[in-house]
Amino acid sequence: MRTLQFILQKEFIQLFRNKVMVRIIFIIPFVQMLILAYTATFEIKTVRLHVADLDRTKTSRDLAGHFSGSPFYKIVAYSHSEKLSQDDILKNRAHQVLTIPEGFEKDLLTSGNAKVQIVTNAIDGAAAALMNAYTLSIIQDFNINLLVESTGIQAEEPIKTTRSFWFNPELNYINYMVPGILVLLVTIIGMFMSGMNLVKEKETGTIEQINVTPIRKYQFIIGKLLPYWIVGLVELAFGLVLAKLIFDIPIVGNVWLIFLVAAAYLLVTLAMALFVSTKTNTQQQAMFLSWFFLVVFILMSGLFTPVDSMPRWAKVINTINPVAYFIEVIRMIMLKGSGFTDILRNLVILTVYGIFALWVAVWQYRKTT
Amino acid sequence: MTNDHHIIEVENLVKKFGSFVANDHLNFYVKRGEIFGFLGANGAGKTTAIKILCGLWKPTSGRIQVAGFDVYKETEKIKRNIGYMSQKFSLYEDMTIAENFTFYGGIYGMRMPGIRKKMSFFLEKLGIVEYKDRVISDLPLGWKQKLAFSIAIMHDPAIVFLDEPTSGVDPLTRRQFWDMIYEAAHDGITVFLTTHYMDEAEYCERVSIMVDGRIEALGTPSEQKKQFGAESMEEVFIRLARKQ
Amino acid sequence: MRGFIIKEFYHIFRDVRTMIILFGMPVIQILLFGFALTNEIRNARIAVLDHSKDDVTTEIISRITSSGYFILDEYLESEEQIEDLFRKGKIKEVIIFEENFAEKLVKDKTAGIQIIGDASDPNTANLLANYTNAIIKDYQAGMLLNQASIPMVITPEPKMLFNPELKGVFMFVPGIITILLMLVCAMMTSISIAKEKELGTMEILLVSPLKPLQIILGKVTPYILLSLINALTILALGYFVFGMPMRGNIVLLLLETILFIIMALSMGILISTIAKTQQVALMVSLAGLMLPTILLSGFIFPVENMPWALRTLSNIMPSKWFIIIIKNIMLKGIDITYIWKETLILVFMTLFFITLSVKNFKIRLA
Repeated sequence: MRTLQFILQKEFIQLFRNKVMVRIIFIIPFVQMLILAYTATFEIKTVRLHVADLDRTKTSRDLAGHFSGSPFYKIVAYSHSEKLSQDDILKNRAHQVLTIPEGFEKDLLTSGNAKVQIVTNAIDGAAAALMNAYTLSIIQDFNINLLVESTGIQAEEPIKTTRSFWFNPELNYINYMVPGILVLLVTIIGMFMSGMNLVKEKETGTIEQINVTPIRKYQFIIGKLLPYWIVGLVELAFGLVLAKLIFDIPIVGNVWLIFLVAAAYLLVTLAMALFVSTKTNTQQQAMFLSWFFLVVFILMSGLFTPVDSMPRWAKVINTINPVAYFIEVIRMIMLKGSGFTDILRNLVILTVYGIFALWVAVWQYRKTT
Repeated sequence: MTNDHHIIEVENLVKKFGSFVANDHLNFYVKRGEIFGFLGANGAGKTTAIKILCGLWKPTSGRIQVAGFDVYKETEKIKRNIGYMSQKFSLYEDMTIAENFTFYGGIYGMRMPGIRKKMSFFLEKLGIVEYKDRVISDLPLGWKQKLAFSIAIMHDPAIVFLDEPTSGVDPLTRRQFWDMIYEAAHDGITVFLTTHYMDEAEYCERVSIMVDGRIEALGTPSEQKKQFGAESMEEVFIRLARKQ
Repeated sequence: MRGFIIKEFYHIFRDVRTMIILFGMPVIQILLFGFALTNEIRNARIAVLDHSKDDVTTEIISRITSSGYFILDEYLESEEQIEDLFRKGKIKEVIIFEENFAEKLVKDKTAGIQIIGDASDPNTANLLANYTNAIIKDYQAGMLLNQASIPMVITPEPKMLFNPELKGVFMFVPGIITILLMLVCAMMTSISIAKEKELGTMEILLVSPLKPLQIILGKVTPYILLSLINALTILALGYFVFGMPMRGNIVLLLLETILFIIMALSMGILISTIAKTQQVALMVSLAGLMLPTILLSGFIFPVENMPWALRTLSNIMPSKWFIIIIKNIMLKGIDITYIWKETLILVFMTLFFITLSVKNFKIRLA
């Protein structure tokens, strides 16, 4: 026990001696919160629309007017040429082009049916789908107006839909992102910093000195991991305070529950860091390997894109993705106030996972020295 | 042949890495309190042997006892009774002198008062008491070397292993370093060192010379010079190496 | 000089593990993300609370479930169940039909549906509500048209340019190329130079007859080669596996890629002139390069919806410009006359980073 105390003391001295590192530890949460929270949104606020009106009639102008009346649309150009509209899409000046062909009004009046063309820049497929849906619904609206004008059917819509959004009535995307960012913070500490620290002893050769001392492996490993376990939790606390102060994020559930899950989650990441460091000899390798795992884990975790839409095999991969479990739980606790029993499954998985991963990592560690 | 005066006993030590034989049936002993030199060219197998004696690596076969403990089963007990200083520099560069003393003393189970006493003893001897809160990376190489040695023996080990301790330092520092080695030996610590400076071999009480994994010569420097009809240890070494 | 470059190559390639990661990583990532990442929402689990259970509600429910967006998880009995289900995270949306729905629709000409979304994921909640709403509207429009004697309808013909199947991978391929080039060039160079500093071998190099410029060139040459191979691998995967088109000039694309690589390398060198240890180099690269590359470049999230300050910030992200260039060349098939501005920006950034790092380097030597 006394030996452990000396190891811990040494680790903390080294950790805090590196002033740049300490600063980075506390600056990263700020940067991540501010940038990530504001950048990570798929929401489309405005669609830049080019209207190519080849018909030049009252109805065609009405249709265009219907678009400009919607807050989603910004009509960047109103031309009478198809060529100009093409160019606007190529140059990214417009997202969408609405082409109203010649004879549009005439067709509508004579045959009761007329066509318009909507061309969408679909490089960003998801955004394109959304913009397309908006546009279709505006045209649908316009159709109902036409119907009302021509037949005098009662203008009200018979089916009244009301929407309510629970847990986040204003659909505030930041509330959704910030818990994910907290997970990211904890992960960076748990995986990167601890892993690099372990390998550093190998690289500088001090590990050899440690190996001839009576320090036991478990003491050394605890001494190496415990500081980062603590720093990870402190970072989480710091992040939560920032989230509250900067964004006034609701924390509906029990804060201690978040820490409980984080404690289990950190076991997994620390074990992974330990494992990576047994397999590598330089910090560069360690960093590269952890980076690889981290990018895969984070992008697959549902931090940015919904897990539900992923194919089956991707969900299977996610069963070994600790980040996915933690992100799910932290969102449940913070936003929905889910209780102990609601998150029990994930907590148990993370704990068992952590213990197992640690066991494997420690076992592998023994073999290499 | 267990002998109370022998602190290290090695019988038929063999260490293989695949088909490569790094140590080929080594036989030697080290007497309590002596300065034992372990010589050889780079790659002769010195470092392998020293790592086995320190309990870092397991031998392939042979009977080896260090400080009365078996290297197969009692490595942890061995580690308590030895000090080690590697050719790769082993203090923590980002910690101060005092912090390094505290850490290494602490992991050998020393108490704080004992650590403080030892630290001021060594720092006074080296004349650098006022630098105790300096970070190691700011110190000149010679100081680091001497500090590393002090730290390696601060817990009064029975044996201290020095793996090429003087490589890369100036002659004056080497001189001072050897004074420290003699002093340690005088205090009853057995010194086991590897070196490739042949003049340093002359300072040792007994010397073994390794060539290609085998011990080719063993004895006091004067015995060996007589045996090979040589003027210096350097000549002895060159003759042995030529034989190959 | 040649010997020195060979030494650097040797350092990188000797290490099989790093090699496997360097070449294996892009392949795995692009495959994984190409197939798995999508912003679309499919198969969202929902629940229905149908107080009416008549023909109309049944019809609407069946339209909703057959749309492909939704999977009906269960029928609820009462409002009390909703909160618990949301809390457990089992379903994303609940649709509630009021009592005597069909009857009211005929008699009162109006009936109500309530959509409740789990907005802890606001994006999904909003999308799902929109989808549900669109389906209901569609049903309603059909109803109305049946009543009208002279239908008058505008039929929209949507056309998706450049990416008719709306594949997400078209976004990810340019993004992943950019990230990897950043990682290999900027991050790895900065760390490898920081390492020489940390181990003290930089001093040895500096006192050698090599000029500082030669040292740096020697350090970066292997990485240029490495990253080019990586970029080509990803492009080939995008082309052959994901059917990403190559509509523009491939030579132009390669030239632009080399330009970006040089830019990233000069960034890496700049970081290494600032960072003393590998750990610091890593953290600076991570926080300063990787995150902005992912977030501010339009790789995953569209830049134009961000607040003004971040949009401005995104303009100094080299990745943003490079991603625009790749997309324009590959997907839109346009030539240099459309992207000269972006190219010029990258050239200026490169010159800026090189000048700055040479200056820093000299200061350190002096």
